[in-house]
Amino acid sequence: MPDRAKSSAAKSDIVIAGAGYVGLTVAVAIAEAAPGLSVRVVDAAPEGVWTKDERASALSAAAVRMLSRLGVWQEVESESQPITEMIVTDSRTSDPVRPVFLTFAGDARPGEPFAHMAPNTALIRALRKRAEALGVAIDMGTPVSGISLEEPAATVSLADGRTIEARLLVACDGRKSKLREWAGIGTVSWDYGQSGIVATVRHERPHNGLAQEHFLPSGPFAVLPLPDNRASLVWTEPTRAAERLMAADDLIFEAELEQRFGHKLGPLRLEGGRRAYPLNLIIARDFVRPRLALAGDAAHGIHPIAGQGLNLGLKDAAALAETVVEAARLGLDIGALDVLERYQRWRRFDTLSMGATTDVLNRLFSNDNALLRTVRDFGLSLVDRAPPLKSYFIDQAAGFGRGARPRLLEGEAI
Amino acid sequence: MTEAKPSTIDANEIDRFSRLAREWWNPAGKFKPLHKFNPVRLDYIREQVCMNFGLDLKDLKPFEGLRILDIGCGGGLICEPMARLGASVVGADASETNIEVAKIHAAQSDLAIDYRATTSEDLERAGETFDVVLALEIVEHVSDVDLFLSSCAKMVKPGGLLFVATINRTLKAGAMAIFGAEYVLRWLPRGTHQYSKLVRPQEIEAPVLAAGLDVIDETGVVYNPLSDSFRRSSDIDVNYMILSRRPREGEMSEAAASKPPRKRRTPARRKAPKAG
Repeated sequence: MPDRAKSSAAKSDIVIAGAGYVGLTVAVAIAEAAPGLSVRVVDAAPEGVWTKDERASALSAAAVRMLSRLGVWQEVESESQPITEMIVTDSRTSDPVRPVFLTFAGDARPGEPFAHMAPNTALIRALRKRAEALGVAIDMGTPVSGISLEEPAATVSLADGRTIEARLLVACDGRKSKLREWAGIGTVSWDYGQSGIVATVRHERPHNGLAQEHFLPSGPFAVLPLPDNRASLVWTEPTRAAERLMAADDLIFEAELEQRFGHKLGPLRLEGGRRAYPLNLIIARDFVRPRLALAGDAAHGIHPIAGQGLNLGLKDAAALAETVVEAARLGLDIGALDVLERYQRWRRFDTLSMGATTDVLNRLFSNDNALLRTVRDFGLSLVDRAPPLKSYFIDQAAGFGRGARPRLLEGEAI
Repeated sequence: MTEAKPSTIDANEIDRFSRLAREWWNPAGKFKPLHKFNPVRLDYIREQVCMNFGLDLKDLKPFEGLRILDIGCGGGLICEPMARLGASVVGADASETNIEVAKIHAAQSDLAIDYRATTSEDLERAGETFDVVLALEIVEHVSDVDLFLSSCAKMVKPGGLLFVATINRTLKAGAMAIFGAEYVLRWLPRGTHQYSKLVRPQEIEAPVLAAGLDVIDETGVVYNPLSDSFRRSSDIDVNYMILSRRPREGEMSEAAASKPPRKRRTPARRKAPKAG
């Protein structure tokens, strides 16, 4: 083994597979706090593919604090839409008027909206700019073709024939993570039999920063405000129905959409394409191996009902970066299992509880059972009338739930 | 730089050492307690060294330019972090096997560390001096505590630091560190520690003060079973660390400055644990 150290492979302290928001945030957070560590990001997608993403994402107040601290949010803010109010309804699709059971208004902290909607391209562009300014190397169009976690280093083979040795390899390569599979880490998964349709609409009247979540019998239907008179939709249907909707022509799709969207915001027009994503819950049995850490969707994919998938991923990034930087400042080996286990302990509980909560919410609401409807409406109206419960939910939505939070999510430096 | 020095041991021996190196460095293996103990010790060392020499705590290589001795270095669990932090490190251990094991692992980690199978007395006799001397979990294993500590203290350069970490000779330590760790949790092989060889703080301070150092800090280390980790505490009944410093020339020694000679801070220590 000693001859391995003298081999000709390129070296990097940290290699991150996946240049999505989680991978880039890990890179930026580490490079900013510990400029002495070399960080390289590789991604299979050819350069420029990310600019075609038409989706927008909800960012909790905690995530916004972190991105501000990292010098990223400043670039995204002008393109984002603050969410200042949120209503929740429980109704049948055909109900002409949907009684509002729950309204959340106000800020996470004074002057700080509890969430923002930001276009994915703006977020990725700002993260890449910051990463490059901090000296992070980003190789697009560079798939990983294999890994070895044999001590003393992780060895990453790239499809272009290069080999990189790293003290720590971070897998941010999504739900179907190849790195997770190669490391032999199993997953626990559950298929909801539902698909989420994502689309953007332009409407006539202003939304005033109002987000809406309608619990329809077929599944939740969320309307999230975007800059100008536009909104991002997350429309959940049983997979069969979603397939039919995806195959339908624009006229039929828009008619179905209008029936769910309502007429409060005036006439609608679809902007750009529509895409459907099968919904499943998937959680990795382990988040770490010696020299390997999973983060973001590679570690867990949850039901998007509460809009927390991206925020969980950013929490992973904050916790992993803090763990790695603190270990490096103590002179510890950043890829050693005992170091990485601190990250795993930190993130697993939160992930499991968020996964379970969103799962229960979905099961509770995605049906038309009269008894359940009465029970859940009673519950929602209770929440609406009890300020402590309500502020608990606002805190959850804003990303300020209980438990020791990574410093970046408090807006502090590592 | 990272190559092990030429030695006379054969290939079978190297295999054995490589196996032992994996064992030493496996955080879930035989040396698990030392791995769990490491972050709290390293954090204390880093903080105190940075404070003493005016270094930046957030720097990844704050110890550049410092010469550090780790006496009783074992497989190098402390030497490697010290080298990563930028120090020029001498690791000494009386066991040839430990030294060979440590050399193999340092080469794998790409670190240059000067490992020597020797004793503190021999190093001191050879006129070696250091900015920082670390004697961690070792005094309870030496045959002559006074002789050992005074040789360690003499190697500390003016303005430099000596860290001593060990287990107190109290009933609580006997119950927790010996009965608990060796018999109940089986963290350590039975017989690792003998009660009579445990060392009280006073027994460390006497030879250190006699060698001209000032005792500048002491801290306890306690185990938290909920988080399965160690943290610093004012409770020094079981694990504790004592930090002393050799005054620079012309600098008033703490002992000389305060008459009568500095008293142990026993009362303050007694009050604090209740608060936590």
